[in-house]
Order: sequence, then structure tokens, then C-alpha cells
Amino acid sequence: MTAFGSAENLVLLAIAAPLVCAALLPVFRKAPNLREAVTLVTAIALAAIVLGLLPVVEAGGRPEARLVDVAPGLSIAFKVEPLGMLFALVASILWIVNSIYSIGYMRAHDEPRQTSFYACFAIALGSTMGMAFAGNLFTLFLCYEALTLCTFPLVTHKRSPEAMRAGRLYLLLLLGTSMVLFLPAIIATWFLAGTIDFTPGGILAGKASPLVVGLLLALFAFGIGKAALMPVHFWLPAAMVAPTPVSALLHAVAVVKAGVFAIVKIAIYIFGIETLSLGGASDWLIYVGSASLLLASLIALTRDNLKARLAYSTISQLAYVVVGAALAGSTGMIGSGLQIATHAAGKITLFFCAGAIYVASHKTEISDMAGIGRRMPVTMLAFLVGSLSIIGLPPFGGMWSKWLLVLGALETGHAVAVVVLMLSSLLSVAYLLPIVARAFFAAPAAEAHDSHGGQDGIREAPLACLIALCTTALLCILLFWQAGRIEALLQGIFTGP
Amino acid sequence: MMSVSSHLPVLQVVIPLLGGVLAALLRRGSLAFALTLAVSWIMPVISGLMLYQVIEGGPISYALGSWPPPWGIEYRVDLLNGFVLMLVSTIGAVTVPFAARSVALEIDARQQAWFYCMYLMCLTGLLGVTITGDAFNAFVFLEISSLSTYVLIALGRNRRALVAAFRYLIMGTIGATFYVIGVGFLYLLTGSLNMVDIAARLAVAPPEQARAMVAGLAFLTVGISLKLALFPLHSWLPGAYAYAPSWATVFLSATATKVAIYLLIRFLFSVFGVALDFRDLPIPEIFLVLSIAAMFIASIIAIYQSDLKRMLAYSSLAQIGYIMLGIGIANHAALTGSLVHLVNHAAMKAALFLAVGAIFYRVGSVRLDDLAGIGRKMPWTTSAALIAGLGLIGTPGTAGFISKWYLAVGALERGWWPLVFLLVASSLVSVVYVGRVIEVACFRPTADRLAEAKDPPLSMLLPLLVLAAATVYFGIDTRWSVGIAADAAAYLLGGLR
Repeated sequence: MTAFGSAENLVLLAIAAPLVCAALLPVFRKAPNLREAVTLVTAIALAAIVLGLLPVVEAGGRPEARLVDVAPGLSIAFKVEPLGMLFALVASILWIVNSIYSIGYMRAHDEPRQTSFYACFAIALGSTMGMAFAGNLFTLFLCYEALTLCTFPLVTHKRSPEAMRAGRLYLLLLLGTSMVLFLPAIIATWFLAGTIDFTPGGILAGKASPLVVGLLLALFAFGIGKAALMPVHFWLPAAMVAPTPVSALLHAVAVVKAGVFAIVKIAIYIFGIETLSLGGASDWLIYVGSASLLLASLIALTRDNLKARLAYSTISQLAYVVVGAALAGSTGMIGSGLQIATHAAGKITLFFCAGAIYVASHKTEISDMAGIGRRMPVTMLAFLVGSLSIIGLPPFGGMWSKWLLVLGALETGHAVAVVVLMLSSLLSVAYLLPIVARAFFAAPAAEAHDSHGGQDGIREAPLACLIALCTTALLCILLFWQAGRIEALLQGIFTGP
Repeated sequence: MMSVSSHLPVLQVVIPLLGGVLAALLRRGSLAFALTLAVSWIMPVISGLMLYQVIEGGPISYALGSWPPPWGIEYRVDLLNGFVLMLVSTIGAVTVPFAARSVALEIDARQQAWFYCMYLMCLTGLLGVTITGDAFNAFVFLEISSLSTYVLIALGRNRRALVAAFRYLIMGTIGATFYVIGVGFLYLLTGSLNMVDIAARLAVAPPEQARAMVAGLAFLTVGISLKLALFPLHSWLPGAYAYAPSWATVFLSATATKVAIYLLIRFLFSVFGVALDFRDLPIPEIFLVLSIAAMFIASIIAIYQSDLKRMLAYSSLAQIGYIMLGIGIANHAALTGSLVHLVNHAAMKAALFLAVGAIFYRVGSVRLDDLAGIGRKMPWTTSAALIAGLGLIGTPGTAGFISKWYLAVGALERGWWPLVFLLVASSLVSVVYVGRVIEVACFRPTADRLAEAKDPPLSMLLPLLVLAAATVYFGIDTRWSVGIAADAAAYLLGGLR
């Protein structure tokens, strides 16, 4: 029991640490080196705390911490389970890498308002941890809204009219969907089940007809706008006006993953696999998710702006997770969980590369990037690694999540999903690999010489950026070998206590 | 000591009444303020002691001048008005330190003592309406509070304050007339003015009197609805709040409409509810339609206001809509939501008007266009306003969420699904007007005229921070607010036919 006592404290510490960091940062606003040290130390400490929880959860423990009861049935409580463990692990480890990258990027750009940038970032991480460890829907919702609010200053960091417009869309769409759909879904769940605690096996078994379950699922799936399921995806491409580290960690990892994570968590712990599969209540979501998956891939093909293309690719990859959850089978759920981790590593690499290219050459359009691979070979190799992982080729982590998702689709007999998953892999080849090919093999366009003074001046981005993008590229490879351990962890959802 | 505690009900009214007279005699503004401060700080002690007595030992009945009810005037404190007395006196006590500097700036030196006199009269009236168990005595106190309110509004610096005060005078007088006609009906029917006695006599009234009873109810409802600014009887409120001196607006917005709502609840549930079955009358439907209209129309108008005080005034109308919605739904959860929103909205709106008052004190303007970048100059004021603003939206973790949760649960218990969506959709409109202010305050470049602006002195800042903290506190720990509200709601519904 003593081990569990300390695990409880670790849970609270994981949420508190980033918040304390955010409070400390303004103190050091005049000393940038110290300030960045605070961020880095907190990031490392957070990863250590989360890693400290890992063995407990792997051993079948479910550390809990209860803060306050807001009202009967409404409490702020945390409970660590395998899926949240994995999400927290991904977010906290990538925060370290992202902080290193941010330092390089923000300084190379000489960006204003860096203190508030790092502070908001830390609060965002605290909210993400809160979501990962949430023990009930209310806590999840609370942290979800906090995450939306604290990332608003990050999206509008440039303060340009364009950034403010994007920020407004971001805020209205995310707050709007969460209030108008997500909150009623929570209230309805409370009304139907009499509780909103995340419980293994779900809480809605026998409490709602398949039709009601399907409707409720729709409220959740579209209410959690962060999952960017079409048609509530508009905010994501718009949010790309943010500085690249924000796009990288938040809009490839923390925020969007928080969305799909919430959907999977709700599918497992609120609905329960059996309730979802009963009467085909979740079948419609397979089709909607598949449509989102393919459409976003097709739109990605048409985008010339690198970050916009990556954003649509993210929308498509997030739909994988949603489809995996909608399959309503344990293999699909585990595939979804794994996809959260592997796509995070792959996509953050791609964003790091996009940012590195921007810092080094101020290029944002893919058509301008011909031949840039010869100037920035390390960056573009990392880009290749990230792309291959997202496409789902061995020996990169992305392969396993795709594998499990296809397996899950076959298990539950959804042939359509299998076809869609295959097709989408081909599409991702089509929208990612040409970027690499053009960078290495195409000759630089002649006009680029005129308008940008040629590519002679372009060299690799600052060291901090390079370290970060190489680390995440290596992580993609590492995930290929470590997938078994993650799968075993997630298996605990269905076999654990 | 025993004798003092048994006279608490009358002290609650007599102390501010005498204080008002004394304040006028003192002539000097600073002396009058000191007296006002002392009186305002005694009030919550008295209402707290009474509330404690009620919780421990049930309703208190106090026969004024030892004339036993129903012949004499009875002051009757039960859970419901004990709760409202506590609210009114606490708001007065918390916000009064703000008055010193604000009034010194906004009111002519020779009128300051009169201003405090009028405030204490208004306090007397509001507490009197709440505490009395006599329908006609309530009218007297209603007029005391109204007449003093007209003066408070007319003391505003802007000459349009006179028009606003006159307008309120006309509307308020119509409301009072309707009220008194309604009381006349009741007197004709029962020969009594004591509310408990009226209720008992109505309950055994012969069926042919039902029509007169409904007529009385209609007059009372319309009369009080004018006072509480129920849409569409609200036209006096925006101007009154916008042009009254800053601190008068703070006090009135947090208490005056709340007391009128209390009076309506008292008549509906404790007087008529005993005799009439509301299911036979369209009262819930009328309240539902009007409150939904208020929630949307007033919020949408708020979006287009350029004057912050006016914007908040329209927001108040929308929030009154929420409270009335719960009365229309009229089950335990919804009524709890309504009652608790009396407190929650009082805290949030007082905080916001205090922030606006502080801005006026430093900047001399509350037009949104003049306040670009005020967040950087007055960080504490803006942060507190931001928190209260989030409360208005109903963000989880703030008091506003709690009220809406109970209202939504109440609507669901009735099976009124669409109402839940309307409720949350209307919060979305408030996102727009709160977000608009935050954007100007925090994300625009600082305007030149704000060069000298800084946070107000502690006496003004502290009430603001206390109320902002209360907004969060009542969103997390609801033992007191919801606890008493739920008991009061059960008490009200328990007496219904």
C-alpha cells in the first residue's frame, strides 16, 4: 500500500509540476537562460514522474487521487489507467524534446512574448496531464476546456489580424462544440447511468438502447472538437498560424491527441466495448471516420503550404484513431492507443522539420523547396523517417498501429474499414513522399534564386532544432521495437483489475 | 445577550435605516463612508446568525412591536430568505470598501453623504423586502429600495443618468402599482396581508374564487417581473446600470434584481403554490419562453455594445433569464440551480462591474475602443475580470458551471431535451461577448491614453479579487452555496399542492 500512497502523490505532482513551472516563469522573465532552464528541468521532472508511474500501472495498479467533490456525483478526481498512462508518457517525453526545439526556434526567430509563450505551454501540459489521468468525465471536461483556453494565446502568438482571426475560429469552434455537444453528452450520461466515473467495462451497459448509444456517441465524437473529425476540423488548419513549436507539440500531439484520446477513453470506459458493438451502435462512426480519413488525405494532396498539408495529414491520421475506437473491438482499441503514440512521434518530427526549414530558409511552400535536401540533409532525412512511419512501413513505429487497426477491422468484420485503411496509406505515400523526393532530387527553381537570394545562404537550422528533430526521428524507429511493451500495457485495459 | 439575538430580524432592517438617517446628518462624505462601512459590515453578521438559527432550529418568526401575526407585521426568516439576506448583506459588506475612492471621484463632495444615505436606504429596502412576511410591508420596502435607487442612478455623472433614472422611475412605479393591485386582490379574497396566513386561507378558498386568485397572481407576477427586469419588461435596466455611478451599479446589479426574484419565488411557491396547481396554468410555459428569449436576445445585444457597463447590463438580463428558467422548470434540481445562480451571478457580476469601476477610476472611460491593451496596464483587474467572465460563460471550475449543470439536469429530469441544448447554446453567445472584451484588453497593442493606467488601490482591488476568488470557490466547493440552495428548494417544493 505504501507504494500506492506514493503513486497517488505522483499523479497530483504530474499535474501540479507544469502549473508550478508556469507560475515560476514570469519570475525569470529578465533572465532567458534561467527561464528556459526552468522549463527544461520541469519537463524532465515531469517525464520522470510519469515514468515513475509506469511500473505501477504495468503491474496492474490504478493509482487514484481525489481532490474535491464539487457536487454529489461531480468530483475532481484522477485515476491512472493504461491508455491515459500511454498518453501522458507520450506528451511528457515529447515536451522535453519540444522545449529544446522551442528554445532554438524562438531564439533564432527572436520572437516577442517568449515568457508568456513558455508559461502557456506549461499550463497546456498541465491540462494535458489532467486529461490523461482524469478519473471521470467532469475532470476530463474541466481539463479539456482549460487546454482550449491556455492554448489560445499560443495560437494567436503573432497577434497579426490573420492570427487573431484564426484564434477566434479556434476558440469558438472548440469551446462551441464542447459546450453545445460535449457537455450535454456528459449531462445525459449522468442522467442515464447515475455516474460519470470512468469504469472498466463502461457504465452504460443495459442503460440505453443502441439508438441512444449511437446518438450519445455522436454528441461525444463531434463535441470533442479537438479530435478534428470532419466537419469540425476547420480549426486545425487555421491554427497553423501559430509558431511551429506550438503546431508541433500541440497540434500534432497534445491538443489533437487529447481529443482522440478522450474519444477512445470514453468508448472504453463510458460506453464499454460490448455496449458499443450491441446493435451496431457505433457503426456509423466507422463510416464518418473513414470519410474524414480519406477526404482529409485528398485535401492534403492539394495543399502546397507545408504546414497546411501536415495539418490535413493530421486530421486524416486522427480519424484512424476514431475509426479504431468505432470498430468496438479490443484489438481496434489497442491499435488506436498505439496510433496515438506512433503518430505523435512521426508527426512531431515532420513539424520540427517544417519549422527547421522555415527558420533556415523562410520557405513555407512545398513548391519552393526543390533541392533543399542538399542544403539541409539531416532535416530532410528526419522528414523521410517521419513520413515512412506515418505511412506505416517497417522498421518504423507507425507500422504496428496500422497493423493492429487492420487486424481489428478484420476481427470485427468491417471490410470497408480495411479497404479504407489500405487506401489511405497509399494516399499518405502520395502526399508525403513527393516532398522528400523534390527536396533531394529536383533542381532548385530559377526564380527562387531571384526572390530569396538563392539557396547559397541556406544551411541547417540551429543545433537545438536539429537535436530535437533527430531525437523524434529516432523515437519513430524505437517505437517499432518497443511496440510490444506498449501493446502489453494497453492489454491491461481489458485484462486488468 | 439572549434578548439581542431574539431581536436580530428587526435589527437587520433598523440598523441600516438609522444608519441612513445618520449618514445624511453627518454631512461629510468621509464620515458617512465610515458609518456605511460599519453598518455594511454588521449586516452579514446579523444575517449569518439568523441563517445559523434557521438551519439549526427552523424558521424564525418575529412579531414587530409584539403584535402577533396575522394582525401585526411579521418578520419571518426561513431557509429561502435567510439565504437571500446573507447574499445581499455579504455583497454589501464585500464591495463597500470599493466605494470610498470610487464615490470620492464620481460624486460631488457635497452630495457624497447623500449618496451613502441613499445606499443605506436602498440596503434597508432590499433587506426589508426579503425579511418581511407581510405582503403590504414588502410593498413599502420595495418602494424604499426603488426610490433610493432612482436617486442613486440619477447621481451618475453623465447627464443621461437623469433620463435613465426617470425611465426607471416610470417603469418601477408601474411595477409597484401592479404589485399593490395584486396584493389588493389577495386582501379582498382573504382579508389578510400576512403571507403565511394568506396561503392558508387561499388553500381553503371556495372554487368560485379561483378566477380572482389568478387575477391577483397575474398582477403580482407582472409587477415583480418589471422589478426583476424579466424580458421583455427590462427596458429600464441597461440605461440604469450604464449611467449609475460605478459602485451603485455594482451593488444594484448584484442585489436588487435578486431580491425581486426572491419575492416572485416567495409568492409563486409559498403563497400561491399552496392553493393553485401550476400545472393548470401556463405560468411555467410563459417563464420558459421569456427566459429563453432573454438568454438569447439579451446576449446577442450584449455582443454589439461598445460600452462595457451597458454590455454587462445586457449580460445581466440574460443571466436573469437563466434564473427564471429554473423557476419555469420548477423541479428540485432546476430550482436549486436558480437559487444557487442568485449567489453565483451576484458574485460574478459584482466582480465584473467592480473591474469596470476600477477601469473607470484609472482611465476615465469604459468604452471598449479606449481600452485596447488594458490587460498589460491593469493585470490584476483584468485577470479578475477574466475569471468572472469565464464564470459568466459557464466554464467548468467556475460558479457559472454549477448553476447551469443543475438547470440542465432539471430540464433533463422533465425530459426537455431541447432545453438542454438551448441552455448550452446560449452560453456560446456569451463566449462571443466575453471573448471580444478579452481580445481587446489583452491582445491589442496598448493604446496611448492608457500610458498612465495601473491597477487601482488596494481598497478597490481587494473586493474585486475576493469576488473573483468566490467565482472559482463556488465552482469547486459547493457545500455552502448548493447545500443551502438545495435545502431551500426542497423546502419550497415541499409546500406545493
